[in-house]
Amino acid sequence: MKYTVMVNEGPYQHQSADSALQFVRAALAKGHEIFRVFFYHDGVNNGTRLAVPPKDDRLLQQEWSDLAKEHDLDLVICIAAAQRRGLMDADEAKRQGLDADNIIEGFRISGLGQLIEGSIQSDRTIVFGD
Amino acid sequence: MATKKFMYVNRKAPYGTVYALESLEVVLIAAAFEQDVSLAFIDDGVYQIAKGQNTDGIGMKNFSATYNALGDYEINKLYVEKESLEERGLTEDDLMPIMWEDEDDDWAEKPSIRIVSRAEMANVLADQDVHYSF
Repeated sequence: MKYTVMVNEGPYQHQSADSALQFVRAALAKGHEIFRVFFYHDGVNNGTRLAVPPKDDRLLQQEWSDLAKEHDLDLVICIAAAQRRGLMDADEAKRQGLDADNIIEGFRISGLGQLIEGSIQSDRTIVFGD
Repeated sequence: MATKKFMYVNRKAPYGTVYALESLEVVLIAAAFEQDVSLAFIDDGVYQIAKGQNTDGIGMKNFSATYNALGDYEINKLYVEKESLEERGLTEDDLMPIMWEDEDDDWAEKPSIRIVSRAEMANVLADQDVHYSF
């Protein structure tokens, strides 16, 4: 089955950020296709490369990044939600005249249309949120 | 592109968290995709379309007028759960009179709000292809 996954909560604050990652892993292991993972609301914080949790804790952003590399996943951060919360890729930072970017490898920033298109193209849309 | 039935499930109060505002932003973007769009208002979500919202004291943008513009985007199915209203001491009169213009009926103004029971809401939700939950 072909899935689009929506992640609406930030890492560490909400279990749903972990659950989304675990669902994607499990779906891939069963041979399903992940058409797209779309990060919205505080979920955009799953794509920062500047998180430094304690050594004995998981690093969710890196786990997404590694999984994306391994399975060629399309991880999309909503630009409107990202701009509110200070998530920037290099192009966007330049456009906004900011001095830094903070997106981890494997994520890209794009618009809400990517979510709608994903749901149209996929058999199922799964939302992970509060 | 195929047409699917999209349902936006709104469960949270309009202010206090950003879910309602950002849900509305998805709804407005989605309008450009010419899909069959419905909205549901459940639990504290019914407050999103309450009359007389005033955010002067909390420093938030009052975005409630945006719901009145949904008809212009051919979004005119706003399902409101009756029990959620009753549990909060609200009636349909406490909601904004959100209308749409029916071009097939000489642009007659018709109400977009449909009050449904919890059981009916279950059927409405079961009839959709895609659910976004906010």
